[in-house]
Amino acid sequence: MHSVLRIVLALLLLAATLPALAGLHIDHWTTRSGARAYFVETHSLPIVDVSVEFAAGSAYDPRERAGLGQLTLTLLKGGSARFSEAELDRRLADAGAQLGDNFDLDRAGFALRTLSSESERKSALETLADMLQAPRFASDIFEREKARAVANAAEGETQPDHIADKRLYALMYPSHPYGATATPATLGAITRDDVERHYRARYGAAGAAVTIVGDLSADAARALAEQLTSRLAPGGEVALPPVPPPAPGETVRVAHPSTQSHVLLGMAVLSRDDPDYFPLLTGNYILGGGGFASRLMTEVRSKHGLAYSVYSYFYPYAERGPFQVGLQTRRDQANEALKRVQGVILEFVARGPSEAELRAAKKSLVGGFPLRIDTNRKLLEQVAVVAFYRLPLDWLDTYPARVEAVTLDQIRTAFTRRIDPKKLDVVVVGAPN
Amino acid sequence: MVSRQAFLVLVVAFASQAAAEPREFTLANGLRVIVKEDHRAPTAVQQVWYRAGSMDESPGTTGLAHVLEHMMFKGTRSVAPDRFSRLVAEAGGRDNAFTSTDFTVYHEQVHRDRLPFVMRLEADRMANLAIRPKEFAREIKVVMEERRLSTEDQPRALLDENLMATAFSAHPYKWPTIGWMQDLQNMTWRDAQAWYRSWYAPNNATVVVVGDVDPEQVVAWAKRYYGPVPRKAVPERKPQSEPEQRGIKRVVVKAPAELAFVRFGYKAPVLRDAQKDWEPFAVAVLVKVLGGNDAARLNQILVRERRIATSAGADYELISRGPGMVFLNAAAAQGHAGSELEAAVREIVAQVASKGASPEEVQRAKVQLLAQLVYRRDSFFAQAMELGELVSTDLSFRDADRIPERIKEVTAEQVRTVAAKYLVDDSMTVGILEPQPLERSAPAHAAPAAAR
Repeated sequence: MHSVLRIVLALLLLAATLPALAGLHIDHWTTRSGARAYFVETHSLPIVDVSVEFAAGSAYDPRERAGLGQLTLTLLKGGSARFSEAELDRRLADAGAQLGDNFDLDRAGFALRTLSSESERKSALETLADMLQAPRFASDIFEREKARAVANAAEGETQPDHIADKRLYALMYPSHPYGATATPATLGAITRDDVERHYRARYGAAGAAVTIVGDLSADAARALAEQLTSRLAPGGEVALPPVPPPAPGETVRVAHPSTQSHVLLGMAVLSRDDPDYFPLLTGNYILGGGGFASRLMTEVRSKHGLAYSVYSYFYPYAERGPFQVGLQTRRDQANEALKRVQGVILEFVARGPSEAELRAAKKSLVGGFPLRIDTNRKLLEQVAVVAFYRLPLDWLDTYPARVEAVTLDQIRTAFTRRIDPKKLDVVVVGAPN
Repeated sequence: MVSRQAFLVLVVAFASQAAAEPREFTLANGLRVIVKEDHRAPTAVQQVWYRAGSMDESPGTTGLAHVLEHMMFKGTRSVAPDRFSRLVAEAGGRDNAFTSTDFTVYHEQVHRDRLPFVMRLEADRMANLAIRPKEFAREIKVVMEERRLSTEDQPRALLDENLMATAFSAHPYKWPTIGWMQDLQNMTWRDAQAWYRSWYAPNNATVVVVGDVDPEQVVAWAKRYYGPVPRKAVPERKPQSEPEQRGIKRVVVKAPAELAFVRFGYKAPVLRDAQKDWEPFAVAVLVKVLGGNDAARLNQILVRERRIATSAGADYELISRGPGMVFLNAAAAQGHAGSELEAAVREIVAQVASKGASPEEVQRAKVQLLAQLVYRRDSFFAQAMELGELVSTDLSFRDADRIPERIKEVTAEQVRTVAAKYLVDDSMTVGILEPQPLERSAPAHAAPAAAR
């Protein structure tokens, strides 16, 4: 068999025929109340996907009431002016709709998927519109949901992955709101008035982004965006404080009876509008983002069998989001695995990737781009990011070309400048030493 | 009610409205090929389904199907270890694999132009896998780490593992797909090789392709790449039915956690004939009445009204090679014991078994099931999963269109009948997670007991 040869030939052919991306048409306008609206029309399936997001993520929680944002979002499902909680549940279920929460450091909102047939669509979206714009925040439901949130936070405090995450964020963001996480105590301090105030302050039209993808006419999409936002308060923008430059890294070890130690490293690095965005993301594919093609996976898993999962990623937020590296390994191997990971990072930051690695990374990121938008659901998620962060409308169209343009030198420079291995915080949960 | 029925007819039409009828083709070596055209995006998915899962294993070597899945990435006679995934990535694709009780499935998602390339790669490892002892020694450690991560340190997964081990006394569903740790510790590269030689044959596999493709062309590629792989005899499969359960079974798991958790399993039928069977469809509707959306009974009663649970749900697989199960579960609210939750769930079950569900609930459950089938059309991967699962379970890909019709026909009376017949104590297994405080939990397996 000459399969290697044939594979190489096939690869050469591939490199010569990178897919031409059809320009994605995103319709964009501002609703009468001042919310941003984005629409991608596609009639190939009888489905409409809608996302409505507000600048109301956990970064907007007061530190001593961490968890307020998530609780407020949950309580929007607890009954509205027109519909009781049980009616909201039934109306969505009867229409075959699916409602999901989106909540992170910056964003809070819902994604609703519904059939596009008129009566189901109208019923589901009328329900969503009332939930978003006229919540009841009934006190008995508030008490119930608060107790649930406290219970879930207490459960999280017994699980090693949650503990590790929480400790790492506290180290990466000692004074910034990105570092605060909900505990039973901070949740316990929240009152119904806090929720009401938070809703009034954060769920205004000025900070809202509506994204619609699917089987809808342009006129119907415009009407829908109005329906979802016309009753919102105007709202105002509150800029998050900048994240201070990272300090020298600290190491925290937490004893836990788990069979594995959970090892995390991290520092605050990447914002959405960062000039190093593409060099860092492309470089990270090679370091630890590219699965089996990555250096971390090769060293820790393939060569030494130390972990099932090992990764690095940049998560871009409005302000500097985390660069995070993680793995889990049998508790007596944690120090060995940590050393190997640190070795790989040091080497990568010092020397950068090879020419061949960069070529492979671009083939994967550029050639694989169509897979990131090949379903309505994926398209909704991608366009919702464009919408929330006010990215240029051609952001997705130009993405492959911008990866293609990254040079070895840019990656090396960006990593040396931005990732000082001495500033990485380290958390090990499991073996105490 | 008239308009609601009209709506269901509409949804059924959507749910079964394939972009094009799938094509089925069998190569001379016995490999089945299913192709479904869908031109919504310029991409394609290939899935290779081997009819070999953990239910085909034997005691002592549990977890072997899954270990072999890992070894399939460790090189063939001509592709170096770990090269497979790099080649797919450099072709702009994504690849992975999964093992279940019933199957082992390998899959790639690529731009349509790269489909023949990944078909070539899969055909190569169908025939030419090279299991290298040194690679095996490293990879088995990775699988043990995977078991620690996914089961040993996950109290609810541990409960599930114990529940299955208790519910089944004879059927191989009683052992976990990841395998018992001791079996992993004692597994050798020869075990993996024997597994590969036994089950990795074109006549024991189905290739499913969905996407922006020309079916004629895909069949031609399949002939070119998979055609030369020789047919071989696969081991005889003995019938493995589970003896009838004659009374309630119970299992308790203690693990570090805050909230108690209960999981019930009831023996239930699965789909064997999509035209004749009606019970499995009624069970699917019943399970949706109980869980799977916020309006369902378990959530409404346990979480919303009585407030003794923080979450509750129900699940059921309509299609599987082995016996079926209906699962109900609930996580306790703070200060509520597993026993209290158990009593409350059993009350809900008794209620539905004696009185059935209202016409509104049945209608809602059907809409939920059918809408999910429509939403599945959004993803080539999900469509390929549906076809692969049907064909690999001795059903027909044509059943993908019959299933929505049959769900639509389910009546409230049928739901009551299956509830009374299957949600009974005598075929039930109760699993309870008793949470332990962290301080009192000694590290499990502190020593690397049998790392070799």
